[in-house]
Amino acid sequence: MCDTIINIVNIVGKEVVRTVVGLIGVFIVVIGNAIMLTWAERKVAGHMQRRIGPKEVGPFGLIQSFADSVKLLGKELLTPANVERPLYFLAPTLIFVPVLVTFVVIPFDGFLQVKDINVGILVILAFSSLTVLSILIAGWGSNNKYSLIGAVRSVAQNIAYEIPLLLSLLPIIFMANSFSLRDVVEAQKGLWFVFYQPVAFLIFFVASVAETNRTPFDLPEAESELVAGFHTEYSGMRFSLFFLAEYTNMFIVSAIAVTFFLGGYQGPILPGVVWFFMKTYVLVFVLLWFRWTFPRVRFDQLLNFSWKILIPVSFLNLLVTGGILKL
Amino acid sequence: MRVVADIIKGAYSLIVGMGVTIRAFFSPVVTCQYPRETINISPRFRSHTKLVGDPENPDRTKCIVCGMCERNCPSNSIKKIEGEKKEGEKKKTATSYILDFTTCSQCGICVESCPVDALAFSSDYNPVGFRREDFHYDLVKEYEKRKKTA
Ligand code: SF4
Ligand code: SF4
Repeated sequence: MCDTIINIVNIVGKEVVRTVVGLIGVFIVVIGNAIMLTWAERKVAGHMQRRIGPKEVGPFGLIQSFADSVKLLGKELLTPANVERPLYFLAPTLIFVPVLVTFVVIPFDGFLQVKDINVGILVILAFSSLTVLSILIAGWGSNNKYSLIGAVRSVAQNIAYEIPLLLSLLPIIFMANSFSLRDVVEAQKGLWFVFYQPVAFLIFFVASVAETNRTPFDLPEAESELVAGFHTEYSGMRFSLFFLAEYTNMFIVSAIAVTFFLGGYQGPILPGVVWFFMKTYVLVFVLLWFRWTFPRVRFDQLLNFSWKILIPVSFLNLLVTGGILKL
Repeated sequence: MRVVADIIKGAYSLIVGMGVTIRAFFSPVVTCQYPRETINISPRFRSHTKLVGDPENPDRTKCIVCGMCERNCPSNSIKKIEGEKKEGEKKKTATSYILDFTTCSQCGICVESCPVDALAFSSDYNPVGFRREDFHYDLVKEYEKRKKTA
């Protein structure tokens, strides 16, 4: 049995096997994470409003997300009459590309990483901008005013917040002297970067909340104004792909924050991967906490906050870091 | 300077808000899981009316079939108050008292106008039925049933 596996690995090549196995693992993490988070979101929402949340389906309502996904899978795929068909179909698939690519470069543990690309950070930042493209496509292709407004807002918001996001990661790259995520984690062996760069961490976290389109920055899908924003016209499985992408994005931004600022998989006693997931889910909980605490910001506040506060402050932070490192 | 003060004030208010929600998160739940649990109904709660038993003779209700409630009901919800005089009793005893709960507005005029205080509101908060006729209650029968289960 073992021999045959080794033989097969030798025939197709180690790299291919690693990628395939890694992608399967990524899929499992993506699905498992989305199922867990939909449950957790409702549970957290419930308890923050002093309710119980889901409790009927399975123990503590744990099976609720499974029941929901079966329901979504069973729904008819409705295509509205006047949509731009190719774009309309493309959007839900496209939103998954950045999600998968980002997972490839995240180091879950010392060796648990699909591929360590030496420009990993650039890959993440480049592909995460694709999310906004698919939102724009979805909004445009839906032929619906609410979708379009949602998409346009999303673009403005993502452009505004991409800049501080990038600027807050640059000091980390200065300090680690590398673009590879594994090197960044290894550079935090002594002290996590969050202690050197608390301002950068705050800016990064705020900007990534905006990037994931979650409250208080959920203007692209503002339920109370825009029905459901860019995914108004989507139903069934296509809707659930957007949904899945949102929850996966939450995981990703938390994972990146952990990798860059909270020491990644580093931690005593427990295996690295356990540390990694623990830290990530603490940040995810903070995201949920934000959502059930803060009201949505107004659009001008949103843009002002980014252009007038986050960007100048992150520039300043970058300059100071550069100056200190040079000394 | 004002901008900085604003930012600090804003950040502080955000933290205060997060404190509120996290405290709620760890506080006990205040909702009642209705079909599994019920809460005590307030004594002031008004459901349909019920006939009150006669403390001297639990076999009969206090009602003396005078018809005051029927005449005073603004919604004409009370029908068919009938009774008979039992052997050796001075007063009539009700044998039928139909309340049409579908039109009753729980105004309480019948309760107030009864000269012998034979009516009261019950606390039956979840009556269900499949037909309109399910809500035409015979309060005498209902009294007898209550007496049996008590
Ligand atoms: S409560 Fe009012 S409406 Fe209902 S039966 Fe009595 S008098 Fe009629
Ligand atoms: S007013 Fe009182 S005593 Fe008279 S019929 Fe109605 S319930 Fe009976």
